[in-house]
Amino acid sequence: MNQWIRRMYAGCLLAGLVVLWGCASDQDDSHVAFASTYEPLPSAPTVIRNATILTGTGERIEEGSLLMMDGRISAVGRDVTVPDDVVEIDGTGKWVTPGVIDVHSHLGNYPVFKADSTQDGNELSDPNTAEVWTEHSVWTQDPGFVMALAGGVTTLQILPGSANLFGGRSVTLKNIPRRSVQAMKFPGAPHGLKMACGENPKRVYGTLRERAPTTRMGNVAGYRAAWIAARDYLDKQEAAANGDGEAPLRDLKLETLAGVLKGEILVHNHCYRGEEMAVMLDIAKEFGYKVGTFHHAVEAYKVADLLAEQGTCAAMWADWWGFKLEAFDMVRENIALVDAAGACAMIHSDSDIGIQRLNQEVAKVMAAANRRGMNIAREHAVKWFTLNPAKSLGVDAQTGSLEPGKMADVVLWTGDPFSVYTLAEKVYIDGALVWDRNDARYQPKTDFELGLVEIEGEGQ
Amino acid sequence: MMRATCIGVAALTIASAAMAETVAITGGTVHTMTDAGAIEGGTVVIQDERIAAVGVDVRIPPGARIIDAAGKVVTPGLMAPHTTLGIEEISLEPKSLDYGLDGERFGAAFSVAEAINPRSNLIRETRRQGVTRAVVAPSYRSHPLTELLDGAVAGQGAVIHLGSTDDFVIRNPAGMYFIYGETGAEISGGARGGALLRLREALDDAMDYSQNRSAWEQGDRRAFYVHRLDLEALQPLLRGEIPLVVKAERASDIETMVRLATDYGLRLVILGAREAWLVADTLATAGAGVIINPVENTPASFESMASSLKNASVLHAAGVRIAFTIDTADDSHNQPNIRQLAGNAVAHGLPYEVALRAITTGPAEIFGVDYGRLAAWQDADVVVWDGDPLEVTTYADHVFIRGREIPMESRSTLLFERYRSLDFEYPPAYRH
Repeated sequence: MNQWIRRMYAGCLLAGLVVLWGCASDQDDSHVAFASTYEPLPSAPTVIRNATILTGTGERIEEGSLLMMDGRISAVGRDVTVPDDVVEIDGTGKWVTPGVIDVHSHLGNYPVFKADSTQDGNELSDPNTAEVWTEHSVWTQDPGFVMALAGGVTTLQILPGSANLFGGRSVTLKNIPRRSVQAMKFPGAPHGLKMACGENPKRVYGTLRERAPTTRMGNVAGYRAAWIAARDYLDKQEAAANGDGEAPLRDLKLETLAGVLKGEILVHNHCYRGEEMAVMLDIAKEFGYKVGTFHHAVEAYKVADLLAEQGTCAAMWADWWGFKLEAFDMVRENIALVDAAGACAMIHSDSDIGIQRLNQEVAKVMAAANRRGMNIAREHAVKWFTLNPAKSLGVDAQTGSLEPGKMADVVLWTGDPFSVYTLAEKVYIDGALVWDRNDARYQPKTDFELGLVEIEGEGQ
Repeated sequence: MMRATCIGVAALTIASAAMAETVAITGGTVHTMTDAGAIEGGTVVIQDERIAAVGVDVRIPPGARIIDAAGKVVTPGLMAPHTTLGIEEISLEPKSLDYGLDGERFGAAFSVAEAINPRSNLIRETRRQGVTRAVVAPSYRSHPLTELLDGAVAGQGAVIHLGSTDDFVIRNPAGMYFIYGETGAEISGGARGGALLRLREALDDAMDYSQNRSAWEQGDRRAFYVHRLDLEALQPLLRGEIPLVVKAERASDIETMVRLATDYGLRLVILGAREAWLVADTLATAGAGVIINPVENTPASFESMASSLKNASVLHAAGVRIAFTIDTADDSHNQPNIRQLAGNAVAHGLPYEVALRAITTGPAEIFGVDYGRLAAWQDADVVVWDGDPLEVTTYADHVFIRGREIPMESRSTLLFERYRSLDFEYPPAYRH
């Protein structure tokens, strides 16, 4: 296995960047540890007719039809040719969007059931735990997955917590509760690396454990020392691949960091303050990697031009603020301002309640921005919970918009998804019906919930 | 400020910028929250601190400032039933928090009212978004190094309005707070029984004290568990003047508290109440008020396994008076989102008017305050919304508190203006 991975990495590097991405998203990753075993659920060819469709690519189609065949989007438009024997769904008065994507969830590792023994999101043993993979914490029977599904969430990233400078690897899941996390893993999705700026690492280590880092400058010294070690590890691997010296013993921590340096693992960086984001972008330049997405990013609007310049995304809340000092400078228009600056902007939840209605959170931002004359249409704002998070996760070629050939990850809403009164009526993942508000057969119930509460007269 | 305007000319000139005035809000959909219901094309006249008239055919006083609310919606200012407004700035900065003690002593005499800072940044951000009244509540203060034994009785809350820096406390005390359930157990030595025995002992002491005050002062009573100020603080509770506000989630915990309240003849309010819908009839019979977050549907712990999105609608159908809070965890930064909660409750089956009541008259009635209706002689807390107030795409256009229009500028709007364009010649600090 060691030999195999080393050879694969070396191959990618020699072949250059384009092929490198080819390697990273290689669908046949069965040789990789904990590879995805995801299989789409059975699906029937289905057409939704006469709905208002927001494609996620900036288009709005009135009285539109969406055809799903073999798990893929087959056609979208006003006039769609539909073969025989297709399940017909009347979308009159209803709206269709791509499946909701949340890039920041702790379902499974901080499940909705918050017992002492279920708190598996932060490996608090060291400020650098790049060696942990959060998929090994994910409890697939977390009822939160189903609640998120009822809110239209089809894809989500589970991140390690933010206590550490390097929290470990994230995992991107298709939101179908299953018996193993491997069976939920989004096929071909790259891993992420969770990093954290600011208050959390210095509080968790400095204040509570009396060890480094105790300051923000201590945080930065910690990142840089780790990247130096990762670069050295990678250099030795490359040299050994070229016949120069022994390959270093496999090191899980350095392997993750080296994966970032090689562009195979995407950086998801918890960071609130503008000047800290600017520092993190410089660290990335110093060591030759890219910051994929800043998370929380309450001050992203202050450095939106820097984000655009570096091609770095920002994942934000609509209105969370004040729970800590680095979240003091909230403006409700944050997502809209980052978007307007040309950077990739999106909503995120970091909450098992918030994930159930990310559409509403985006609606709040859109309306706040429009009151300032920013003129944001629904067909544009929908990207903040669909296509842009797909980009952040490196899965936008497969999902995030309603384009022919993409995975049929789709939500049929009871009405305008930018209204508080609207609910997800039907949710499809890879063309399969996985949630139906009006049909109990498609309202999954996790093991945990079975027979748990005796409710007299409820027949449960 | 309001008091000053009544006193004399000198005060008037000083206070002129923020003075009450005569205002007519015309043409909007007016949710009166009274038997008059919602009035289309209604007019609300504000004179000084009060509402002078509400209706369709209302004479507009000469010289009144007219606010055209055609196509807009007018409601009373919203009331948040559970907050730490004025006693919290930043949740993780302990020096900015005044909502609780670390459990060193029994807490009944602890009051939040005098520590409230009406100039708090949170209050300014909250009121411009249409929340004009709030219950400010004490809570236990969690500290990792303190082993709490006496944290369950958290102290006394107060009702405030958010419109001025003086005379802002409307009712104090407004409620006696008791933390029950898992948290109450944790801060009472490790079991629910610990919280209950401390409460019962204190109530028994307070009853004995009220009947034998002079004997107690002469040292002629048995030793009491609690101190003199606690004994005094418990009297309004025993007299039924203020409710016992109990943080409890589990159905059986709620039933326990209903029994205790009956034993002592106490008014009861349940806060949190995730499983309340399972015992809705019991709560209705007891006449207890219930403060919930209607979107809390997760089985978050052993005490909230039956959390459900139907909590609000089942409670209402049973005849229970409900109010909505965003804050069950001592973080009050997003109080304005109580209207989003109300909207979601409607999406899950609650009648619209009931949802609106849960953030206006509901909290007022639960705490026995005359507030939350647009009617003559009511305090003029009035909000003009640019659409349906329960809708997530709606924001407040005008907010009046006791007749004074609240400035819409805040730290957040100033930051937006500063960074709206990133094309800086001089750095942002020069843009103000």
